[in-house]
Amino acid sequence: MSNVAARTASSVTAVNLSTGKSKDKNLGSIVFLGALWFSLFFGIVVLVALIVDTAIDGAPRFDKYLFTNFTQTFDPTQAERLAASGRDPKVLSAEYSGFKSGIIGSIILMLTTAVMAIPLGVASAVYLEEFASKTSRFSRIVEINLQNLAAVPAVIYGMLSVGLMAALGAQRGIAIGGAVALALLILPVVIITTREALRSVPSEIRQGSLALGATVWQTTWRQVLPAAVPGISTGTILGLSRAIGEAAPLVMLGFGAINFAPAFPFIGSKIEAFPLEIYDASSNSQEIIRESASAGIIVLLVMILAMNAIAIIIRNKFQKSW
Amino acid sequence: MSVLTEPGPPPGVGPAPVLTGKSRPGEAVIKVLLVVATTTSVLVTAGILLAVLEPALEFFRRESIGEFLSFDTNKQFSALPLVVGTGLTTVIALSVAIPIGLGAAMYLSEYASKRARKWLKPTVELLAGVPSVVYGFFAVFFVIPVVLRDWLGIPVSAYNSLGAGLVLGVMIIPTIASLSEDALSAVPLALRQGSFAMGANRMQTTLRVVFPAALSGIAAAVVLGMSRAVGETMIVLMAGGSIKSTSADITQGHETMTGVIARTALGESPVESTEYKYLFAVALLLFIITFVMNMISIAIVRRFRQAY
Repeated sequence: MSNVAARTASSVTAVNLSTGKSKDKNLGSIVFLGALWFSLFFGIVVLVALIVDTAIDGAPRFDKYLFTNFTQTFDPTQAERLAASGRDPKVLSAEYSGFKSGIIGSIILMLTTAVMAIPLGVASAVYLEEFASKTSRFSRIVEINLQNLAAVPAVIYGMLSVGLMAALGAQRGIAIGGAVALALLILPVVIITTREALRSVPSEIRQGSLALGATVWQTTWRQVLPAAVPGISTGTILGLSRAIGEAAPLVMLGFGAINFAPAFPFIGSKIEAFPLEIYDASSNSQEIIRESASAGIIVLLVMILAMNAIAIIIRNKFQKSW
Repeated sequence: MSVLTEPGPPPGVGPAPVLTGKSRPGEAVIKVLLVVATTTSVLVTAGILLAVLEPALEFFRRESIGEFLSFDTNKQFSALPLVVGTGLTTVIALSVAIPIGLGAAMYLSEYASKRARKWLKPTVELLAGVPSVVYGFFAVFFVIPVVLRDWLGIPVSAYNSLGAGLVLGVMIIPTIASLSEDALSAVPLALRQGSFAMGANRMQTTLRVVFPAALSGIAAAVVLGMSRAVGETMIVLMAGGSIKSTSADITQGHETMTGVIARTALGESPVESTEYKYLFAVALLLFIITFVMNMISIAIVRRFRQAY
C-alpha cells in the first residue's frame, strides 16, 4: 500500500547527507539495533525450529505410503496376525497410515474454492476500482464491510456455510459446503489484492484507451486487467494457500473420517481435508500415527511454502514498474 | 497510505471531454453482473448474522441469558469463563507479538535497505502462511513439553493457556509487523530529516519521532492482531485445554470461546440439541467481540489518515 512512500523514503535517505547513521555507535543504539535484529529473526528461528522438530519426528514416515494409503489404525502386531490370514499388512498397519483421502480432498476443495472465489473477487474489485464512484455510499459500505470480513474468525465462515447448506437441504460434510466456506473466507483477500493490482496500473493507460474511443469496459478488459494479471495471481495464490491449510471452518461443517476416494462428481460427495486429517492423526493415541501426522505436516508445509514462493516469484519477476 | 495517483478515468470536469459515458451493446449486462458480484460481500455479512443469530436466539429461548452471562464454571451453558480463557491466551499472545512485531517493523521500515526489505518482509509474512493446525501441533508436542517443561522448568499441565498463548503470539507477529511497517513507512520523510538535522541518531529518530507519529496506525495493527488471536481456533483447541476455568493460572488449561465451538462441532451432539445451539450463542458473542475490535481498528486508521 505504502510501498511507494517507503521506496521514496529509502531511496532519498540513501543519497541524503545526514542519515543519523554516523551517530549510531553508542551502546544504547547498538543494544536497540540488536533488539530489532532479534525481533526480525525470532519468527524465522521459530519457523526453522518448527520445521526441524516436526521433520525429525516424522522422519521414519517419509515414504510413498503417506500418499497412497488411507488412514490405517491397526496396531502393527495385530496387522501382522491379520496378514497371516492372507491380507496385506501394508494396507492395514498403522505403520503405513497415509493421507490419501485428505490430499485428494484438499485438492478438490482448493479447485472448487478457486472457481468460486477468483471470478467473484476479481469482478468485485473491477467494479470498485473501475466503475463505482469512490465517494458513493455503496462504495463506502462495501469498503468497510470488506475490512470487517477480512477479520471475521474463520470458524464463523464455517457456520455461515452450515446455515447455507442446511437451507439448501444438503448433506453435512460434502465438498461444496467446505468450498463455499473457504471461498468466502478468502474473498476479502482476493478483492483487496486485486484492487491493489488494478490501482498500480497507471491512469495514462486508461486515458489513452478511452481517448481512442474505447468504452470503460473495453478499457478494463483489454488494457487494465491484462496489465494487472501478475498482481492478481500473486494475491490469489496467497489466498488459496491460506485456504488449503484452514481447518476450523471445515470442523464446523462435519468434515473428516472419510477413508475412501470421493466419487465423481466430487463437489457433492463427502470428502476429507488434509489439515483436518493431520489434526485427527495428531490426537491419536498411537505414537506411530502421530509420526505420520508429523510427516503429513511437512508435506502440507512444502505445499504451502511452494505456493508462497511461486507468488513471491511472480510478484518480483513479472510486476512492471511503470 | 495512497501516494499513487487516483486511478480510473478522468472525472470529466473542466476542459477534458467526458470519455467514460460511452457504452456498447451488452455492457449494461456486464455492469449489472459486476454490481451483483460486489454486493455478495455485503450479503456475506448479512448471511453470517442470519446463520448465527437464528440458532443463537433459539438457545436463548431455551436457556436464560443469566445462565449464559455467568462466571459459574459448573453451569453447562455459562459463557463468561470462556471469555476469561480467550482473554488470557490473547494477552499472552499480545505480550509476545507486540514487542517482536514492532521490532521487526521498525527494522524493516527504518534500517533495512530497499533490497533487504524486498526479501525480509515476505520472509516475516511466511509465518502467517503456516496453517493453524501446524501451530497447534507445534504447541502440543514441542513448546509445552520441551520448551516450557524441559528448558524453562515451568510445571505446566499437558494443555495450558501459556503454551497456547505463546504460539498464538508467534502466529500474529506477521499481522502486527506488516501493518505497523506500513504505518511507520507512511510517516513523512521530512520528520526524519528534521530529526537527523537536529543531530539525533537513528534510534532516537525511530523511537521519539517516527514511532509517535505512527502510533495510531500501530494501534490499529495491534487491535487487528488481537482480533485474530481472539478468533483463532485450532491452536487453542489443540493446546489450550478443555476445562472451563476462571482462574488466572496460565500453567493450567482454560476452555476458550473458539475451543468450545470446535469441540462441540467435533462431538456427537445432534443438530437440534441445546448443546449445539449453545455453540451458536458463543459464536454470536465471538462475532460481536471481533466486530467491535475491527470497527475500533478501522476508526483508528481513519483518524490517522487525516493526520497528514
